[in-house]
Amino acid sequence: MSQVFDIDFGDRKPAPVVGIDLGTTNSLVAFLDLTGPKVISGEDGERLVPSVVYRSPAGEILVGSPARRMLIDDPARTVYSVKRLMGRGLADVKKEASLFPFRIAPGSESLIRLELGERTFTPPEISAFILVELKRRAEAYLGQPITQAVITVPAYFNDAQRQATKDAGRIAGLEVLRLVNEPTAASLAYGLETRQDGIVAVYDLGGGTFDISILKLHVGIFEVLATNGDTHLGGDDIDDLLLRIGLEDAAHEWGEDLSHDGSFVQTLRRAVIDAKERLSLEPRATIDLEYQGRRYGREITREQFEDLIQDIVDRTIDPCWQCLKAAALTPEQIDEVVLVGGSTRIPMVRQAVESLFRKRPHTELNPDEVVALGAAVQAGILAGHVDDKLLLDVTPLSLGIENMGGVVSKLIHRNSTIPASATGVFTTAVDGQKNVLIHVLQGERELARDCRSLARFDLKDIEPLPAGAPRIEVKFLIDANGILSVTARDQRTGKEQSVEVKPSYGLTDKQVEAMIQESFERAEEDLRERQVREARVEADHILQAVEKAKADQAYLGLGEEERAAIGQAVNELLMVYQSEDHLLVRAHIEKLNQATLHLAELMMNTALKTALKGTKL
Amino acid sequence: MSAPDYFAFFGLEPKLSIDAAGLEERFYRLSRELHPDRFSRAAPDERAQAEQAAATLNDAYRTLRDPIARAEYFLRREGFEAPDGRKPPANLLEQVFETSQALEDLRGGDESARARLEEARVRMRVALTEGDARLRVLFEDYDRLGDRASLAGIRAWLDRRKYLGNLLVQIESEPARP
Repeated sequence: MSQVFDIDFGDRKPAPVVGIDLGTTNSLVAFLDLTGPKVISGEDGERLVPSVVYRSPAGEILVGSPARRMLIDDPARTVYSVKRLMGRGLADVKKEASLFPFRIAPGSESLIRLELGERTFTPPEISAFILVELKRRAEAYLGQPITQAVITVPAYFNDAQRQATKDAGRIAGLEVLRLVNEPTAASLAYGLETRQDGIVAVYDLGGGTFDISILKLHVGIFEVLATNGDTHLGGDDIDDLLLRIGLEDAAHEWGEDLSHDGSFVQTLRRAVIDAKERLSLEPRATIDLEYQGRRYGREITREQFEDLIQDIVDRTIDPCWQCLKAAALTPEQIDEVVLVGGSTRIPMVRQAVESLFRKRPHTELNPDEVVALGAAVQAGILAGHVDDKLLLDVTPLSLGIENMGGVVSKLIHRNSTIPASATGVFTTAVDGQKNVLIHVLQGERELARDCRSLARFDLKDIEPLPAGAPRIEVKFLIDANGILSVTARDQRTGKEQSVEVKPSYGLTDKQVEAMIQESFERAEEDLRERQVREARVEADHILQAVEKAKADQAYLGLGEEERAAIGQAVNELLMVYQSEDHLLVRAHIEKLNQATLHLAELMMNTALKTALKGTKL
Repeated sequence: MSAPDYFAFFGLEPKLSIDAAGLEERFYRLSRELHPDRFSRAAPDERAQAEQAAATLNDAYRTLRDPIARAEYFLRREGFEAPDGRKPPANLLEQVFETSQALEDLRGGDESARARLEEARVRMRVALTEGDARLRVLFEDYDRLGDRASLAGIRAWLDRRKYLGNLLVQIESEPARP
């Protein structure tokens, strides 16, 4: 990189592991340096990347703020809140799908596919676009390639949702070293280990999910005692309530049902979110917008707002009690309460938490950033930079297998510390049977049909014997990411038994491989695009620096000729700026760089003199 | 690759009573050594092994720290069948019948059964609490004397308490007054 006025110390550290908060509404990337965890800003200076992906008719992908702008202009090609679809089937999302502008492709029963123009994408692929953007930001900021990451997930995510998140990482070219639960990550960021011992409750109400976790701290060990939540409860639900009011008003005032007008819905959604956010600071706010020459305005008082969202806030309280019960604690025994997620800025939410736990909650850290900061700390732990902290997390849901009559027998109970394992012995029901199918479920209910189907494991090539004679020992292991793996062996022969996994929701391993392959094939095209963009960013950088330098004393000290040379180099760079040939752009950057060498030197001297003068004072 | 003995894993003598604070201290110490976080840069084989070892540690801790799970594990080690809680305890037979009747009446819409049910619930809770207190004494006796007959007594109580527990869950999950 040619950075004129920056000093390159030239020390190359090993590639850092970054921490990523892949949120419903916004995503962030953070890393750990010697002074602590830091969020990485993009070139635009923004720390949050809106979790929005746009695909242009030409096939170009935009992520973040530029994509969010397209929600209004071209909603049918834009996807947001894709996290709500991760690891889910069509039946799970039918209710809310009506408010999403994007279309779900036919045949999405067990794996949702979204239509973005001519192509369809699975939720992990869409999430991968967001991850690629975060990876790019981190690489630009840290100046080295990033290949490993810690990604956070809601504590209450089930196996399929976790697996989908991990798949997204793989598709994005990231080795996911760990999936960390969001509330637990937040507790790491808060540095609560200054307390030698204590009980902490983390209340995390984000854009799309709600989690409550209760942890016990003991000299650097963060032991999760219990967790509970709702993977479909968050700020989005509040937006939807306000959105419905706006749509009704519009239908009433304008005599027109605009709920199928994607562009209007998105304009309204922006206005509604603005009003919601203002209501956290002010006693009243107006949902205010202009659409195709028509104006809509509706004032909402905080009181009305609170009436409206009462039900949503109430829905967070029961999981809190469940969690306390599972941890065998009363609210009085909680020493600290931490708030996480943008929706905890709402005063009514804070009051609800405070009156439940009878404690003023911690709000020192930005609730939008605290999860990413914690992920960076966990990344530091995995990279070996932090060795005094250790997270012991739990599985949020019980794991069981379907028995005769559709009854579930539980093998690993919820709130068990992970990794956790259980062993079962299986046999055949018919003479000579060669396969045994094991149906694994997640959930608390007694009947298989009320639990979440996770996968079917097919024990294959069993030695043909009389019914009941084979004894296949199956080991179920939930790893530290909360993801299940299964191994089996024949107890009589001690031989490893082959197991074929058929996930009930989400991608098979083969499908993920195919997606990675495809992304390699497209990588060449992507790389070119990326190089062009990077060259332009660099050009911006140097052009701005030169512009700024013109006001400096040193510039006036340059000769006529030198100033002319700089002017010409600037003009030439501007002329090639839009070129698709990144090498050409780079050549002109270098030319400008050369032309300004003397200027840089003079400026450095002036800076030094000023600094020296400063020391005399 | 049969599962290691949980007591041995913690470096403890196999006993029915355990010092909870000491067990927790050992759990934290072993977690610091064995947790997969410590092996994230190790070879895949070693990583998988660490995952297994940490799972065993957690399984063992979960079993040993809970007195009932610990006693069940201990009994299994000693060759006893696991309590299944299918048979109602003989000395509580009458109460069990009363409770079932009350549950049935309530579900049939007889609100007067609610008071009877509540009475039965309290009685059963008390029976559980008293039984568990007795259990602690039985634990200590066995640890001191190593008398196998008391193990049979412990198993009988575990079986009974399982039955009671299931019944209590039924009563307590009955919806409150409409």
